[in-house]
Amino acid sequence: MLDMGEAFGVAVALVLSGDGDLMEIVALSLRVSLTATIAACAIGLPVGALVATSRFRGRGAVLVVMNALMGLPPVVVGLIVYLHLSRAGPLGFLGLLYTPAAMIIAQTILIAPITAALSRQVIEDMHAEYADHFRSLCLSTRQTVQALLWDARYALLTVALAGFGRAVAEVGAVMIVGGNIDHLTRVMTTAIALETSKGDLPLALGLGIVLMILALGVNALVHSLRLTAVRQAYA
Amino acid sequence: MREAIIHGPEALIEGATPASNLLPLRVEGLTLDLGGRRVLDGLNMELGPTGCTVILGPNGAGKSQLLRALHGLLQPAAGVVDWNGVTPAQAMSRQALVFQKPVLLRRSVAANIDFVLRSRGLPRARRDDLLDHVGLAHKARQPARLLSGGEAQRLALARALATDPDVLFLDEPTASLDPASVNRIEHIIRRATLRGARVILVTHDIGQARRMADDIVFLHGGRVTEHAPATRFFPHPETLAARAHVTGGLVL
Repeated sequence: MLDMGEAFGVAVALVLSGDGDLMEIVALSLRVSLTATIAACAIGLPVGALVATSRFRGRGAVLVVMNALMGLPPVVVGLIVYLHLSRAGPLGFLGLLYTPAAMIIAQTILIAPITAALSRQVIEDMHAEYADHFRSLCLSTRQTVQALLWDARYALLTVALAGFGRAVAEVGAVMIVGGNIDHLTRVMTTAIALETSKGDLPLALGLGIVLMILALGVNALVHSLRLTAVRQAYA
Repeated sequence: MREAIIHGPEALIEGATPASNLLPLRVEGLTLDLGGRRVLDGLNMELGPTGCTVILGPNGAGKSQLLRALHGLLQPAAGVVDWNGVTPAQAMSRQALVFQKPVLLRRSVAANIDFVLRSRGLPRARRDDLLDHVGLAHKARQPARLLSGGEAQRLALARALATDPDVLFLDEPTASLDPASVNRIEHIIRRATLRGARVILVTHDIGQARRMADDIVFLHGGRVTEHAPATRFFPHPETLAARAHVTGGLVL
């Protein structure tokens, strides 16, 4: 087994050389997590906007549940999706278990509450400012929600990136429903867990470096979006 | 509803049309409670079909709340707001309200107008005329929220005029603006009145009230204590409170 310094050096070389296995794992991770983020936004943002602009009985309870779901444990989500997609489960006929599609479903369930709860907060603040103007224009609920989603676009991109960050970094759900199958469902986090347990530190560290760079990139993007929004007075 | 006018900025004032069927307005026993406080207390008022009514009164008299209640943004605890028998929803759709602090969307100047036009199914071609009308054509592509106070208020006015409203509510549209901006905004309001819009304006600026008003509604303690033509109100205010307000005295 290599020591820490050596392993780090080999890992950097692995990343810089564009190693095929490593790139395949990174590409699948991005495909799964980006697709899940898009799906979670398609569900979460309209739900968040609707809850933000509506007043109904039991709204407080809905908010509590939405916020609580943000903390869904990935392994629990993985287990629930597994039970549904396994042969004996209600959706077993789809044959999705141990495929990237199953991983996308699990990650979507994991981060949709995050996009819904965070966008609800963002949009509710904006709606407080716009509400009288929109009522004066006699806008329908649909028009109101569309306008708020557009005007909050910079803040909502930050919400989406927060969801992506959570998806790409989680390991429990994709491990259970994906199975960490080489060349099929192996993503960065599951590969890191496996390679570490095998003692193959360079690949684990190489993937760790890519994951950290991604996290850094996501945060840099959030920061620059915020600056752009402030500069254009769209924040 | 009056036909939308889309043939250039001058047409915006030349197309004066008959008074809207929303008027006359009859308000009876209007009572409004906000935060456990009675803001309007059995208010009665009638407004005729044309012109510019200025609502005056000391701070806390309930002027802005009256405007919002007339427009339908606030639900009264009691009383009647009768827009000549037209349903409240229909009446609201044919009115526009310009807030003291303009609520501008996080979009460009042009997109702020486009939003209103699109929401009402009106042609986008009207936008350039409206921006020209309020002197903001050269700022069409700028972010609306970077406009100065006067420009922002002119954009809010353009947006309100975009719907070609029968009734235009203005809640202190020139508060804390410089004299040049006040002048430009008053000019736009005057043209809207000439075009046939019924203007109801809340202001603290007595000079503006003198310049703009056809009639004055004086509010005190949540009630109309005086309603008179401007030509009679300013030389001879009947109530002590109105007299003190006009002369700059303390109204308690």
